[in-house]
Amino acid sequence: MKGRMVALAMPGLLLPGVSWASESKKILDPVADWNHLWNEVLIDLFLMGGVFALLAIYWLIKYRATSPDQVGRGPTLSRAQAWSWAMVPAFIFMADDFFLAAKGWTVWNTYRKVPENALEIKVTGNMWYWTFEYPNGVTTTYAYDTKEGDGLVVPVGTPVVLRMTSNDVLHSFGLPDYRVKEDMMPGRITYIWFNPLVEKESWVTCVEFCGTLHSQMYSPVKAVAPAKYDAWLAQKKSTL
Amino acid sequence: MSTESHGFNLKEWIFTTDHKRIGILYLIGSMAAFSIAGVMALMIRLEQSTLGPTLVHDVATGGSQYNVWLYFHGAAMILGFLIPGLTGFAANYFLPLMIGAKDVAFPRINAFSVWLFYAGIIMALLTFVIGDPPDVMWTGYPPYSLLTSGNTAFYVFTVHLLGFASILGAVNFLVTVIYMRAPGMGWNQLNMFVWSTVTAFVIQLVFVPVLASAVTMLLFDKYLGTHFFDPSQGGDVLLYQNLFWFYSHPAVYVILLPALGILFEVVATFSKNMVFNYKAAVYGGMWGIVLISGEVWIHHLYISGMPDWIRIGMMVSTLLISVPVGLLAISLFGTLYRGAITYTTAMKYATACLFLFLIGGLTGIPLAMTVMTVHLSETSFVHAHFHYIMGIFATFSVFAGVYYWFPKMTGKMPGEKMGNLGFWFNFIGVNITFFPLFIIGIEGMPRRYWNYEMFPQFEPFHKIATVGAFLVAIGMLLTILNWIISAISGEKSVANPWKSVSLEWTHCPNPPGPGNFPKDVVVSADWTPYNYGR
Repeated sequence: MKGRMVALAMPGLLLPGVSWASESKKILDPVADWNHLWNEVLIDLFLMGGVFALLAIYWLIKYRATSPDQVGRGPTLSRAQAWSWAMVPAFIFMADDFFLAAKGWTVWNTYRKVPENALEIKVTGNMWYWTFEYPNGVTTTYAYDTKEGDGLVVPVGTPVVLRMTSNDVLHSFGLPDYRVKEDMMPGRITYIWFNPLVEKESWVTCVEFCGTLHSQMYSPVKAVAPAKYDAWLAQKKSTL
Repeated sequence: MSTESHGFNLKEWIFTTDHKRIGILYLIGSMAAFSIAGVMALMIRLEQSTLGPTLVHDVATGGSQYNVWLYFHGAAMILGFLIPGLTGFAANYFLPLMIGAKDVAFPRINAFSVWLFYAGIIMALLTFVIGDPPDVMWTGYPPYSLLTSGNTAFYVFTVHLLGFASILGAVNFLVTVIYMRAPGMGWNQLNMFVWSTVTAFVIQLVFVPVLASAVTMLLFDKYLGTHFFDPSQGGDVLLYQNLFWFYSHPAVYVILLPALGILFEVVATFSKNMVFNYKAAVYGGMWGIVLISGEVWIHHLYISGMPDWIRIGMMVSTLLISVPVGLLAISLFGTLYRGAITYTTAMKYATACLFLFLIGGLTGIPLAMTVMTVHLSETSFVHAHFHYIMGIFATFSVFAGVYYWFPKMTGKMPGEKMGNLGFWFNFIGVNITFFPLFIIGIEGMPRRYWNYEMFPQFEPFHKIATVGAFLVAIGMLLTILNWIISAISGEKSVANPWKSVSLEWTHCPNPPGPGNFPKDVVVSADWTPYNYGR
């Protein structure tokens, strides 16, 4: 998986929204990729932080003054030592930076390349609700006060791409369970995609500050079995 | 004009051009902003302690009230406390003393800038008086800031006043350091705090005008009918975010650098040690930060719909910030090595800062990575991250500074018992408050939400955080009370209680009189502010 990503990272990388050629049948799972990278980053942070923290604790205890007149005996660095103490750590930090950047870039590519078979749903942000428009013309929404409306309903097993814009102010479409979010704004269209792999109900919350009811701007996101989704959509269509 | 005057004279304080009094005025003003913004923080925490409404009464409109608290807390903490506390108070009082100068280069401009700062604080406080207070967060993003019935103009004018004060300060202090160093004092003999102030003011001078222009465009769009940010009229909604963060990311280094500068002074003094690898910290660390600070702002816009190429490019530049910051960390931690450490209250705050720096700094690494941020941004993970590094770390370093320089400013020793108690309340409290927010942030707790009824599993974490906030409140009260009591009736201090070798301790009385130094200061070629001898 990783080898493939790196190999394909170079060409077409900067073209947003270009689909992958159907180069493999493996299921794309950005959530798993994100979680995996997160664990790797955590290990990296604990290693780096651990070195500093343990040294600090050791020194803070070991070098307590024994008499009020005692002075420190810190080393005077020669020119070569001073340069080494700057360059060697700088290269270690830089190596770690590039390592993390490469890792992050790889997963980023998954995030920005929408699979070809993705179901496209249009999302429009308003103060303070979303409307979702399905390919067959059905639209849904959700009201925080009455708790009525379907919100976003998607079929399990099909990647979903959201084409998003806003009618008024900035909003942001935050899907914590799918590890993805992006702002929506007037005058531009942005996109995210996610891959619902199991049936579950989660939430989308507005995560760009948008005024009085910002914290009431949420909707359910229901990932349902394909048959159930088709039935739901047909029923919605018939009531149009 | 004399600091050893006979009793308190209000007129003397209002018309003063003495950098030390101006420094004290900055301290008082910024602590006032800190206290009120702190009360806002408590209200925010109380509101979040339950799923639904707590302090907010009306669900449909109560959000506005909560948003005003958020706005004031953010704007006042950053623009009213952190920046003026570090570059106003600490730089004003101690920078001239550290370089052996009698005052700053332009004392009257200095007086003008402190009163501009007060005007800015008053402008910010009007939030609580006017009928339609600003509710645009400290970021003021359009189109919301243009459409809201809240008074965005108050936000804009607050930024103008504080920004102007800051630019004047920047020019003043840069000229002071360049031209007014004591005879014999070379660039490699400056205190770390002086270098940190110089680099911070270089950043201010370059970037504040960009912020000022961005908010001015808001003002024009909202009140004069221009369309800089209105896409339906050919404007660009993202332009503001670019301009705002082009200043506001460097601004975090305007806070970080002087905070680190103070820590270097405190750690070196209480370890009686020289700064480890001084040149790497100054030229690689501080100037490295200045160099990179202007090329990383997109990491605040990772999810705002920027083109992919710039999101990836600035991921790399943002990660590279770890190089200068790492050099500074090595230098700061290395200063402990083979030191002779004594734990006063100032040193306790500095020690706490070492660990806050690690937590706050390292949690910035995933946030530098575009794809990690796609999930983490706008969650309480971010909120916890910047509170650790910019909020608590910088605040603790101001406190370390106040404790360290307390005898210098007042001639009295700070009360250690109460100081110590305040410290432990603060240190334990901040961790109880902010650590849980990392955990629920990873799970998706959105920022700036008073209502999180869709995530009932987060409620216990918010409750713990709220308890922590009140521990901090107790700690802060103890600390401020301790300063007041010690300043009035503290034990008289000896001339150089910490046995520092820096000029502000060795060459002038506590507190210094007009002109600072009884005799002109000349330093020798082998003098450094950290030369404790063997």
